[in-house]
Amino acid sequence: MTAQVEVHIQLKPGMLDPQGETLENALAAIGYEGVRGMRVGKWITFEIETDDSDTVEAQVEEMCSRLLANPIIERYKYHITREAHT
Amino acid sequence: MSKVPIGIVRFPGTNCDQDVFDAVAAIEPARPVWLWHKETDLQDVMGVVLAGGFSYGDYLRAGAIARFSPIMEEVIRFAADGGPVLGICNGFQILTEAGLLPGALMRNNRLTFVCRPQCLRVETSNTPFTRKYAHREIVSFPVAHAEGNFAADASVIDRLEDEGRVVFRYVDEQGTNGRDANPNGSMNDIAGVINEAGNVLGLMPHPDRAMHGMVGSADGRPIFEGLVETAA
Repeated sequence: MTAQVEVHIQLKPGMLDPQGETLENALAAIGYEGVRGMRVGKWITFEIETDDSDTVEAQVEEMCSRLLANPIIERYKYHITREAHT
Repeated sequence: MSKVPIGIVRFPGTNCDQDVFDAVAAIEPARPVWLWHKETDLQDVMGVVLAGGFSYGDYLRAGAIARFSPIMEEVIRFAADGGPVLGICNGFQILTEAGLLPGALMRNNRLTFVCRPQCLRVETSNTPFTRKYAHREIVSFPVAHAEGNFAADASVIDRLEDEGRVVFRYVDEQGTNGRDANPNGSMNDIAGVINEAGNVLGLMPHPDRAMHGMVGSADGRPIFEGLVETAA
C-alpha cells in the first residue's frame, strides 16, 4: 500500500514568530483589519511505500521528532491517508 | 614537542573551514586536520571544531541535516569521552540539533542577516575555551548569521544561568547587555553556551574571523589557544 503523509510544523505557542508578525503588519498596511495571531509554518508532503500499514504512524512520528521538526521550538501534527494498491 | 591534531569538520556548504584551519594553524603546537563529513574516523584528533557556513544549504533548519552525517556519530562519542568540541555559528546550530548543547537557534528577531563586529562579554574564564581571557573581559568578534536567536524553555535558561554555562553574552561597547546590543533577539542576550560537562562550547560569533589586528580584532585567538592547550 501507499501511505500519503502530510506534516504540518509550526513554532510552539509563545515562541516569537517574526515572520508571522511582519505578515500581519503587511496585511494591516494594505487594509485588512482585525488579523491576529498569524504564525508561519511548514507543510511537508510525501509518500511511504510499505507492506506494513500498522507501523506507518510510528514511523512518521519518529521522522517528525528526529528530523522534520525540532521539538524544542516547534510542534507538529500529521495526517496519513492509506491507499491500497489496485 | 609533538603537534596537537585538531579536526575541522567539513560538510557540504561549510564555508568557514579555511578560516578555522588558519586559526588553528596559527597556534603552536597545533596541527589542523580536515575531517570530511562522510568519514567515520576522527583520525586520532585531540579536539574538534565545527566551522561556520550553510551546511546542506540550511535546508529545513540550520544544522538539522548535518547533524545526521556519519562523522557526527564520532563527534558525539568523542564529546561523551570528554574531548573538547567547539562549534562556531553553523557549528553551534549543528551542536544544538545533535543534542550536544541545549536550546535551539531561531530566525533573528528582525528577520535580517546580521553581519557586523559585535562586542561580547566573556562571562566565565572557567572553561577550557576561555581560560586565556580575563573574567568578564569585553571582546569583539564578527557576527554573520540569520538564525542566531538562542531560545530554550525558561527552566533551561535558568539552569544555564545558575550553572554559569552562559559563556558569551552580547553587549555594547561599554560592556552593557540589553536591547540594542543584542543582534538577533537571543534570550538573555546569550551568544554562547557550554555543556554540563564543560567540554562542548557553541557560539554564534566568529572567533575565527578575529585572529589578526589588521582585520579589526585579534580577540578570537585566545579561544583557539585554550582549545589547543586543553587538547594537548
